[in-house]
Amino acid sequence: MKRIIALVLVSVTLAIALCGCGGDKTEGGSSKITIGIPQDLEDSLDPHEAVAAGTKEILFNIFEGLLKADSNGNLIPAVAKSYSVSEDALTYTFTLRENVKFHNGNTVTADDVVYSILRNADDGSGNALISAFLNIDSVNIEENDIVIKLKAPDPDFIQYMTLAIIPKDQSDAATNPIGTGPYKFVSRSPQENIILKRFDEYWGEKAYIEDVTLKICANADTIVMDLKGGSVDFFARITTAQALQLEGSNFEILEGTMNLVQAMYLNNAVKPFDDERVRQALSYAVDPDEIIDLSFDGKGTKIGSSMFPAFKKYYIPETADVYDVNIDKAKELLAEAGYADGFSFDITVPSNYQPHIDTAQVIVEQLKKIGVTANIKLIEWDSWLSDVYSGRDFEATVIGVDASTMTARAMLERFVSDSSKNFINFSDPEYDELIKKALNTYDDAEQTKLYKDAEWILTNKAANVYIQDLAQLVAINKDYTGYEFYPIYVLDIAKIRPAK
Amino acid sequence: MKYALKKTATMIITLFFVSVLVFFSFSLIPGNPAISKLGTEATPERIEALSHEMGLDKPVTQRFTEWIFGVIRGDFGKSYSYSQSVTSLLSDKIKTTLLLSFMAIIICTVISIPLGIFMARKSDSKLDIALSTINQIIMAVPSFFSGIILTLIFGVAFKLFTPGAYVSYKTNLLGCLGYLFFPALAIALPKISMVSKLLKDTVLKESEKEYVRTAYSRGNRTKAVFYGHVLGNALIPVITFMGMTFADIIAGSIIVEQVFSVPGLGRILLSSISGRDYPVIEAIILLLAFFVVLSNLIVDLLYHKFDPRIHV
Amino acid sequence: MDRTKKLKFIIGLSITGLIALMTIIGIVKTPYDPCAMDGAAKLAGISLKHPFGCDQFGRDILSRVLVGVRETMLISACVVFIGVFFGTVLGTITGYFGGWLDEILMRLNDAVLAFPSVLLALVVIGLYGSGRYQLIAALGIAFVPSFARIVRGEVLKIRNLDYIQAVRLYGASHLRIIVVHILPNLKTVLLSSIIIGFNNAVLAEAGMSYLGMGVAPPAPSLGRMLSEAQAYIFSNPLTAIFPGIVIVIMILGFSLLGDTVKKN
Repeated sequence: MKRIIALVLVSVTLAIALCGCGGDKTEGGSSKITIGIPQDLEDSLDPHEAVAAGTKEILFNIFEGLLKADSNGNLIPAVAKSYSVSEDALTYTFTLRENVKFHNGNTVTADDVVYSILRNADDGSGNALISAFLNIDSVNIEENDIVIKLKAPDPDFIQYMTLAIIPKDQSDAATNPIGTGPYKFVSRSPQENIILKRFDEYWGEKAYIEDVTLKICANADTIVMDLKGGSVDFFARITTAQALQLEGSNFEILEGTMNLVQAMYLNNAVKPFDDERVRQALSYAVDPDEIIDLSFDGKGTKIGSSMFPAFKKYYIPETADVYDVNIDKAKELLAEAGYADGFSFDITVPSNYQPHIDTAQVIVEQLKKIGVTANIKLIEWDSWLSDVYSGRDFEATVIGVDASTMTARAMLERFVSDSSKNFINFSDPEYDELIKKALNTYDDAEQTKLYKDAEWILTNKAANVYIQDLAQLVAINKDYTGYEFYPIYVLDIAKIRPAK
Repeated sequence: MKYALKKTATMIITLFFVSVLVFFSFSLIPGNPAISKLGTEATPERIEALSHEMGLDKPVTQRFTEWIFGVIRGDFGKSYSYSQSVTSLLSDKIKTTLLLSFMAIIICTVISIPLGIFMARKSDSKLDIALSTINQIIMAVPSFFSGIILTLIFGVAFKLFTPGAYVSYKTNLLGCLGYLFFPALAIALPKISMVSKLLKDTVLKESEKEYVRTAYSRGNRTKAVFYGHVLGNALIPVITFMGMTFADIIAGSIIVEQVFSVPGLGRILLSSISGRDYPVIEAIILLLAFFVVLSNLIVDLLYHKFDPRIHV
Repeated sequence: MDRTKKLKFIIGLSITGLIALMTIIGIVKTPYDPCAMDGAAKLAGISLKHPFGCDQFGRDILSRVLVGVRETMLISACVVFIGVFFGTVLGTITGYFGGWLDEILMRLNDAVLAFPSVLLALVVIGLYGSGRYQLIAALGIAFVPSFARIVRGEVLKIRNLDYIQAVRLYGASHLRIIVVHILPNLKTVLLSSIIIGFNNAVLAEAGMSYLGMGVAPPAPSLGRMLSEAQAYIFSNPLTAIFPGIVIVIMILGFSLLGDTVKKN
């Protein structure tokens, strides 16, 4: 008997002792980093096929276009050395940079560039992966130059030239990405990690850190544990509550903005939200400041239309003050609309994103004050995509909408009546007219004005109950430094470097 | 032998039923996985093209036959989300989860059997009462809660392991086993209580039996009687019970994997459910059902061998 | 009944009584509105005003626990009812009549039993949406086969008893035999399996809401409170401890009762 107990004790001690080797701690200043990401890239790794924002922000490190974005939101030359646009805005000429290498060792040729562009252009049946490329008339190679001719001028076209350049003869792009970026892809283990390695033949300034492990931290509730425990060195999107818990630890918290429009998006086609007064009443009742205080510890920027502050050129700060909390006014509007006794509706929220759930929880409380009962309905992200976004079968939803390219068009074109992305069924002839005009205006100042007018319409018609641009809190181990925020959704790993 | 054949046949029929249920219930679900995959960039044309690529435009029965024949060959199709074969996707995850489950079973066996014997021999002593009370309480702690408590004690307070710092068994087997010890313990704890209690009860019951009394009355008060006869017989129901809890242990590991951030089947199951990655969900369910049915079969056969009177 | 058994029964009964009391308080009136947020009381510790402290929104944890218990109890009750009702119907029919119907239903039963109930519910809810009613339906279905199997075994035993054979010879209809002679005899076995079922249902509900597949927030649920509290495990471990302990106590009560009922 004693022997058995002894055996148990030995095995337990042994097992516990073994755990000593469990923690794979990174040494300070060493050339590797573990970056936590909130979800796996359940996606194709082909840069042209990938759709999730989370995938694109990682692929940013692996791929480059002729041009790429810098942290100020400007486009800088990458695979192209320089470019010029003709007087009539129809011809774009890109000069290829010499000796840019793919991760497989091959040099980028003009053929690769043409292949990459045409892959996204008209497939012969009038469809294109990038709809703006339907406007391409021809792509030709002239010596070391790539010449793109458009059918009609498009002031936003240059933004699409960040399109990833890929080798023309690759067949397994979906699982084995090969690009020209500062990091090359090594492996991925689903729901576990993605491993990147510095690309030493990179044409530009090489990355600082050699080995990068992107660890999937799918359980948001254990992120603090991972950070404090030392299994993750960097996490780009922590919540304010998590940030508070990291106080006094070995982490620095950097604050930027998420660059998205968080709102309670209302289905403008269903009762009672088809009535402008009801939408305005909700806007008067919902207090973004209280939401920011309660759920986000005061971090976040209140907004009033479908544009966020980082787009300085298009952003109108005054829109945020149109609907200052006014319960009486809200009740009045409801009464006018025939809902003096209030009504009840569902707020559909994707279950995988806690900040939106937290926001919805506060909204429910705020709406009680005007006699409106809101019920939170949690659904899976995929059901959200198919039911709410594609199916438009919802009453209200709390979500953040961001811009896929650095253009006002990316934010505003979706609310045109017949847009396939207009999931809120917003319909306003004046708005449609403004956007149509803006898309065909090549003068920058004039175009900006048109977009701003459109933003005012969204505010005045209370298309949605606008809330905030969320604060982006980044936790970075003090052993590392150099992280830079971008106005678009990317995570630039190449800039991160050891602190010492 | 005939018994074994009959049982195996039943098992195959059960698995067939499972696969039919699984496949057709997924076909009834509203929503198109192609839309999920395309996300906010879905256009009618792209959805149609992708549906065709995924084979979703074929009739259900044809898809089922293709799928089932693939499964027999060990080919579960291609994951919608990851654009790679389900088999290659899951092979690591299965090993991780099985490793965790087996560790839980080993921990359970190593602790509960000596504990049960000890409690039986010291029956009704103060120590036994204390142990039984603790047992009763531990039995009521759900594994995810004991997981949190274990993290709090051993991870946060004593720093014996780094929460979340799972290392793959491929890179560092010892480190992996060391990390998995705590989740395995969380899964095993309630089972330890149950098994040791059951063993104590059966040992006591067995000791009351005529043959044991006879042996004792003949002056055979040695350990030989206990270990030779009593324990041998008392272990039969215990083995059955442990076989039956295998399903529980696997289910437990799916939840506990979440607490300890272990990238096993549980994680990939949850993510593929939310990603509507049907080929992956189908494969996981079928595999888990296979393990459960197989463990039941093994228990049945063992039981049959030990006690050939049972005819089911 | 020996002393320990008596003790177990008394403790089990008093815990279950306590849980019932908490359920009633949860239905009637909690100290605070369980969803009311108070920015000033965020993650407040234990005090006279808030005996269990407050959560990350400044909501009173005691009130949330009370309503959470109510929620868990109501869901578990519905789940067990579905399981018992359909399980009894299926088990009686298959056990009594036997034949090919029995064979098919039992294979189906085996197929469903081959998954752990949580897994089955997980898949159903993940795909059909989460919510109170979906959870009840999903767990209810998952609970049917085990009840069906128990009832069938018992019915098989009773069916072959001499007096049932005798009654049949007297020309009693099948329906009469089932209703008058078989169902009442299922009482004992059903009672203990109902208590065990309750035990499992509480566990399953807590597990499901821990995974975020239970009732929708802001409605409180014990499992979700636990998973949310995990984010504060370094600074406020107490937010995890209270809901956790309540779950443990609930299960403990049922298992103690179950133990004593089973053996009598």
